[in-house]
Amino acid sequence: MPFTPPRESYSGKIFEETIGSGPKAITVGGENVLPFHSFEGATPHKPVIAFEVQDVPPEDWPEVVKEVYKGVSGDPVTWAKYCIEKLGAETIALRLVGTHPDRQNFSPDEAAETVRKMLAAIDVPLIILGSQHAEKDSSVLIKCAEAAKGTNSVLGKAQEANHKTIVAAAMANDLKLIAMSELDINLSKQLNILITQMGFDKAKLMTDPMSSALSYGLEYTYSVMERIKLAALAQNDPTLQPPILADVGMMVWKVKETQAPEADMPAWGSLKDRGIAWEAVTAASFLIAGAEVLIMRHPDSINAVKKFIAEMEV
Amino acid sequence: MALTGVEIFKLLPKTNCKKCGQPTCLAFAMKLAQRQASLDQCPDVSAEAKQKLGEASAPPIRPIKLGTGDRAVKMGEETVLFRHEKKFVNPCALAVAMKDTASGADAQKLIDAVLGSEIDRVGQKLRIDAIAITNDSGDPGKFEAMAKLVAEKAPAVAVILSTTSPDAAEAALKHFSNKGAVLYGANASNLDAMAAWAKAAKATLGIAAASLDELSDLTEKAKAAGVEDMVIDSGARKAGEIIRDNTLIRRAAIKKNVKSVGYPVITFAMRDDNMLETLVASAAIAKYSSIVVLSSMEKWKDLALFSLRQNIYTDPQVPMQVEQKIYKIGEPGPEAPFMITTNFSLTYFIVSGEIENSKVPARLAVLDSEGLSVLTAWAAGKFTASKIAQFIKESGIEGELGGTKELIIPGYVAILSGSIEDKLEGWKITVGPREANGLPAFLKSRVA
Ligand code: B12
Ligand code: SF4
Repeated sequence: MPFTPPRESYSGKIFEETIGSGPKAITVGGENVLPFHSFEGATPHKPVIAFEVQDVPPEDWPEVVKEVYKGVSGDPVTWAKYCIEKLGAETIALRLVGTHPDRQNFSPDEAAETVRKMLAAIDVPLIILGSQHAEKDSSVLIKCAEAAKGTNSVLGKAQEANHKTIVAAAMANDLKLIAMSELDINLSKQLNILITQMGFDKAKLMTDPMSSALSYGLEYTYSVMERIKLAALAQNDPTLQPPILADVGMMVWKVKETQAPEADMPAWGSLKDRGIAWEAVTAASFLIAGAEVLIMRHPDSINAVKKFIAEMEV
Repeated sequence: MALTGVEIFKLLPKTNCKKCGQPTCLAFAMKLAQRQASLDQCPDVSAEAKQKLGEASAPPIRPIKLGTGDRAVKMGEETVLFRHEKKFVNPCALAVAMKDTASGADAQKLIDAVLGSEIDRVGQKLRIDAIAITNDSGDPGKFEAMAKLVAEKAPAVAVILSTTSPDAAEAALKHFSNKGAVLYGANASNLDAMAAWAKAAKATLGIAAASLDELSDLTEKAKAAGVEDMVIDSGARKAGEIIRDNTLIRRAAIKKNVKSVGYPVITFAMRDDNMLETLVASAAIAKYSSIVVLSSMEKWKDLALFSLRQNIYTDPQVPMQVEQKIYKIGEPGPEAPFMITTNFSLTYFIVSGEIENSKVPARLAVLDSEGLSVLTAWAAGKFTASKIAQFIKESGIEGELGGTKELIIPGYVAILSGSIEDKLEGWKITVGPREANGLPAFLKSRVA
């Protein structure tokens, strides 16, 4: 008996969003089916991976990933250019951790200067991230948004606590915006609604439902992403139709599995391969669950995930 | 399609005799429709009804065991497409391929690695579940020799015998009669012979198709030949094909009750690029494969795949938890450090593991916080000063401790220290490190 494939079609569609400008601009989203389900609908754009770069040297990153950027990570622009020219980065995510009051406490003007220099030096799309200190981020991201006016960069992250100022800044300077809430589909929806009620175009949003690492809450992020995708497609819920962003590297490179030397944990095997696999498996799982933008750190994990994405095309 | 309660009711004796434990036949029919009862609870059901209902009430994906004894792995029985709907039931088995062209020494090395692959992870014992012997030589003699070696050296490990030659199948299966083996490689040209050998050895038949159409055709033919237990392969090899075929198979089985694909799926993920293989295997674990065959095993790769499998197959409603009590680590005396944490399994195993690493005997109080991590529990009001104080008071620990009553709390909830001190009279509250990996240094510095 021939097999009748039970295909599904959905009424909803993920917003198609372009980030950056010029020949290196990148478009994500646009699909009207679940991730990689090209056999039953349109999946016009591949997921994109941004290399994470910071405004201060990555002292707190584990050796396995820190050593890759030795020699370039002293300066964010040099670091980013290295990622683009030597490692093939198609997008850069600049994390302004140095603005955190417990770190260097850089001022908003200093942060904006870094953004300005970065934008002048690179031609790929830029994702501008604060230090995730809700209060400080609102002042820092206002200035950074001004510095990035008209570049179609992505600004983030707006959280419930600070979204008002950050949304206004993104709107005034015509930027894309990441909205982050804490691992709950209703919180994601609610924040997206609050943001659009301020007049922000929902087709310029990206949803970060909050990442986690393999073995450290991955199943929560995974299921929230799947639920968001189903609500966006099957229920045609426009408040959940922005593309999903997964901030993977920062979650992965702090867990013990990416740090403990093999001498301490002989049953866990090679530290280098383990760290790379930890980041790559976390990332690939989130792609399957629904992420279309990933922020990652190790070039080898990024390469593995790129090959994986290529294999998804049938 | 599965039968509705009313359709089932029509087939029952309609005597309302209550022997099934339900007040009426209709009530029992409703329970059956929801899969909350099993047909054998009604002693009076007719043979005809049994046959009709049996077919309709069988799980959409046939339950099958891989291997025997303690290490046997259950497969199939899944009921949903997405893990947030309901817990995925039977975690995917991981198998490693062994070519029958491998040297004796290499084969022995792989067997040792499989036998030594077990690790404890968040309270569960995880391991490579099976060896897949592949007939690369094309020679039945070599295939049998390798099968014999595995049967002798690793009698408890489940095997998958992968060949398209019925002669090789017959020879190798002699060593795995009644052992829950899989004979993989049944295709259009060898089906009858392969089915016969699988039946003779009470093995599961692995269907090797080249498309979904051919797959459903072959399983029906195998069934007609009397084979009940099968694992199925549509021929999908690229990651995108795996996602596509596994999705279509799972949907057809669960939503349309298509019996010809209602079997566990076997996926071959082997790649020259080991990191890519790890990711393809990850996709197969997340999306519905019941057996994933790998080309090699390395400890880092095992750990990552075990962890993903554990994450995907946890209950989405109930986080993994440990019992609320005061755990002793080593042999703590009255003056040994006394710490508190939550009952989320992951938290408990990380913290107790680090205390063990420190080699400092200690006590660890685990408060029932409904399986939430420290910060989540704190944010949700389940790890509060009054709960902690009450637990400590009621635990009777005061009697076990010496003069100084000191409680060490997780660094992330330093904010609680004052209010716990207020509620626990005579106690000193000390804020420990934030991350558990700071515990060894912290504990050692205190005894020094
Ligand atoms: C997964 C997760 C969830 C899961 C729950 C998982 C679970 N079983 O607990 C879900 C989705 C349900 C959830 C819900 C919520 N969450 Co939550 N969640 C997380 C997440 C991503 C990971 C938590 C985790 O598993 N950590 C791993 C475990 C092992 O960590 P841990 O228990 O803290 O243990 C470590 C240390 O504390 C230390 N330690 C532990 N015990 C001890 C003991 C001693 C003596 C010492 C010294 C050290 C020590 O060692 C461990 C390893 O280093 C974190 C963010 C993050 N990345 O950390 C947010 C996080 C904890 N959640 C948060 C919040 C706010 C919530 C919600 C209130 C929000 C909401 N969505 O409604 C709810 C509350 C839950 C409820 N029922 O109402 C916040 C808490 C903010 C704060 N600072 O208080 C966090 C930090 C996210 C954030 N950045 O805002 N969450
Ligand atoms: S035991 Fe059978 S006949 Fe008796 S009430 Fe239950 S279903 Fe009806």
